[in-house]
Amino acid sequence: MKRLALGAALAILAAVPLWIDGTYYVNIASQILFYSIFALGINVLVGYAGLVTLGHAGLFGVAAYTAARILGGGHGHLAAVLGALALTLLAAALFAGLALRGTGIGFVMITLAIGQIVWGVAYRWISITNGDNGISVSARPSPFGLSLASPAHFYWATYAVFLVAIASMAIFVASPFGASVRGTRDQARRMNALGYQVWLIRFLAFLFSGFWSGVAGLLYLYYNQFVSPQAVALTASAEALLMVISGGTATLLGPVVGAALVVTMKNVASAYIERWNFVLGAIFVAIVVFMPEGLVPGAVRWWRRATAGGR
Amino acid sequence: MSALAVRNLRKSFGGLLVTASVNLAVESGERRLIIGPNGAGKTTLFGLITGELRPDGGSITLFGQDITRVAGWRRPHLGMSRTYQIITLFPGETLLRNVTLSLLGLSPLRWNPVARLERQRGLIAHAREVLTRVGLDGLADRPVAQTSYGERRRVEIAMALAQNPKVLLLDEPFAGLSLEERRDVLRLVTTIPRDVTTVMIEHDMDVALDFAERITVLHLGEVVVEGTRSEVVADPRTRRIYLGE
Amino acid sequence: MSLWLVLAVNSVTLGGLLFLLSAGFSLIFGLMKIPNLTHGSFFMLGAYLAATLIGWGLDFWTAAVVAGLLVAAFGGAIERLILRRLAGAELAQVLVTLGLSFMVADVCLKVWTGDPIRIDTPRALAGVASFGGLAFPAYRLAISVIAVGFAVALWALLDRTRLGAMIRAGVDDPAMARVAGIRVSRLFTIVFCLGAWLAGFAGVIGGPILSVYPGLDQEMLPLALVVVILGGSGSLLGSLLGSFVVGFLYNFGQALFPELAYVVLFLPMLIVLVVRPQGLFGRPAV
Repeated sequence: MKRLALGAALAILAAVPLWIDGTYYVNIASQILFYSIFALGINVLVGYAGLVTLGHAGLFGVAAYTAARILGGGHGHLAAVLGALALTLLAAALFAGLALRGTGIGFVMITLAIGQIVWGVAYRWISITNGDNGISVSARPSPFGLSLASPAHFYWATYAVFLVAIASMAIFVASPFGASVRGTRDQARRMNALGYQVWLIRFLAFLFSGFWSGVAGLLYLYYNQFVSPQAVALTASAEALLMVISGGTATLLGPVVGAALVVTMKNVASAYIERWNFVLGAIFVAIVVFMPEGLVPGAVRWWRRATAGGR
Repeated sequence: MSALAVRNLRKSFGGLLVTASVNLAVESGERRLIIGPNGAGKTTLFGLITGELRPDGGSITLFGQDITRVAGWRRPHLGMSRTYQIITLFPGETLLRNVTLSLLGLSPLRWNPVARLERQRGLIAHAREVLTRVGLDGLADRPVAQTSYGERRRVEIAMALAQNPKVLLLDEPFAGLSLEERRDVLRLVTTIPRDVTTVMIEHDMDVALDFAERITVLHLGEVVVEGTRSEVVADPRTRRIYLGE
Repeated sequence: MSLWLVLAVNSVTLGGLLFLLSAGFSLIFGLMKIPNLTHGSFFMLGAYLAATLIGWGLDFWTAAVVAGLLVAAFGGAIERLILRRLAGAELAQVLVTLGLSFMVADVCLKVWTGDPIRIDTPRALAGVASFGGLAFPAYRLAISVIAVGFAVALWALLDRTRLGAMIRAGVDDPAMARVAGIRVSRLFTIVFCLGAWLAGFAGVIGGPILSVYPGLDQEMLPLALVVVILGGSGSLLGSLLGSFVVGFLYNFGQALFPELAYVVLFLPMLIVLVVRPQGLFGRPAV
């Protein structure tokens, strides 16, 4: 039954540009998808490894800026994508090595510090990043000769990547390594006593998480054809964390729901509500206080209670 | 060659000397009981032996191999398993999954990010067999949250046994159990095969005495009395340590 | 030479301001184990409120104190209504303070708009003080004096009063403090309010130099974070020394390495976190 629902949902998603009217909404759908990839990547750490990060926008940004620079240097898209992902993995390894020196709050604060350093570099190291003015990208890639310039084509390309991301997450979760990662979240001490190398497990999870954050960053760059320090600000990391927490960290689709919520609110609601940051903060506070397990599990809980109590 | 030997082991926390030059040698197949009042340093000693804590001095050897500098996570691979005084099972999982995770810890499969854990029939069958050995196969698919404290304690021990250890360290396995549960655990512990060297920490002497062949009495981080069960029980120092506190 | 001297004076000034800001942060973190990410907002809010109060006719110093009180009241409300509900869940508390900082920033933007607001230097200190042939802006010196004054006052509070003893006990061992009969929850509220007052007051004091504008909160918070990490949480002396170190790092960093200004600032913090994570934020990784 669940699989049927999942298949239907994926089919509907695939056909979005066909049944949604207007490029504005197709573009929002694209945003939802690549932010979902970002949120899924973060959830590997937050939900499965139990490590909360406030600096992942840094990895998102490293990928975007690296690709932008490579393209600006006159190289092709393939070089940009490969170069960006390679550098992102390297950065993820460095960040992980530093952040894993702490646990719990310590880990969070170190990721915060790292994120701020990346932001500081993006903002101030003007010779590399062009500072506040950002870097523009002249054209989207044309994989296999199909141009991604139109919203519909870009959406389908993003959708394809999204499918790969979700599939990789599903495989990861069901795998022995995935079980090891969750084990380190629940009983790190016990895992060590059972022969697991907890540090290395967390490190690899960080790399996996960083990779998908980098992929999301690339999609972001190609979507906007522009990157600026705003992409790596603390608000960006906070929004990404909100996507993960609001949707629910314990499920595969939670981060997707959360991304949909935050992106929709940000784009659509901001047309009606002036104060997006206020709303973002308020939702953050409300979810943390009232529904800490996230919207998806929370909604399931409410649904069960409602149907159980009803006549 | 002893199964487990500890020489001049020392550990301080801040200014407090918790383990004060402890010497210990447990022979292969032996059943050793380590007792002592609270604060004697028993759990710290276990922590040092398993590698969770790093000693300030001294050495630890496992079947003649010096493991003092060996990382904690590697020691189970060398044949050392332990249980914890506070039950540390994986809360959201079934008993079967708990034992499976224990078996996975020693298997190179644990690094595999693409296989499906559910499909590892051999592993899962092995886990079920381990649960049968401790009489819990009926509860294999029960989540931990729906089991009793005594059952969880037996799963703890099962998880350690699952790794086929050469040396098994049991940290207060009877803590918090009812009389009947203690009998179950005692039965479990006494049926551990003789090729497993078993070292148990206990605070409560009554239940553990049946199990012990040799007893080491710790007090304030030092070995005060050591010998066979009858020797230690008869020794006036033992009584003084327990009654004098 | 005079550039270095100017930078040095500015660094000392910034250090003094940072001390007022971080002393509160340090106490809150040391006692309640909450990295209060709303602290920068308190600073900014205090400055905005004082600007309005001064506009209504209050004099500078009264406005500073009153603005501080208003911010303290706000902080107290946050602590009692929200943070207390999440007692023990440190991560949730961090996230909540982050969310609140967004809310405060947006409200300030709505109320006071996006233009920077200048707070005029109090007339008595608007001039110049001469020492040994060199002229220093009187107000900047005054800030340092005020900061040291508060440092002494806070030290006296912590060291000499019963409240201070309770705070120190709570920082060292909250469980033990509860057993000893200390009303830890009330202590938390008091300390949070005190920290908020200091931050708001600091925002006003800093007004003539920094002005107040959207984004001030996001600029000051990381500085407070660095101070507390370098100086150690819960340590007044650490906050004092750390504040001046950061003041110098920030100003000289901006002047000498403008492109790497933030790296110069955050790298020492990162190094300390990485080398000594246990001393500052709990036990090291398993």
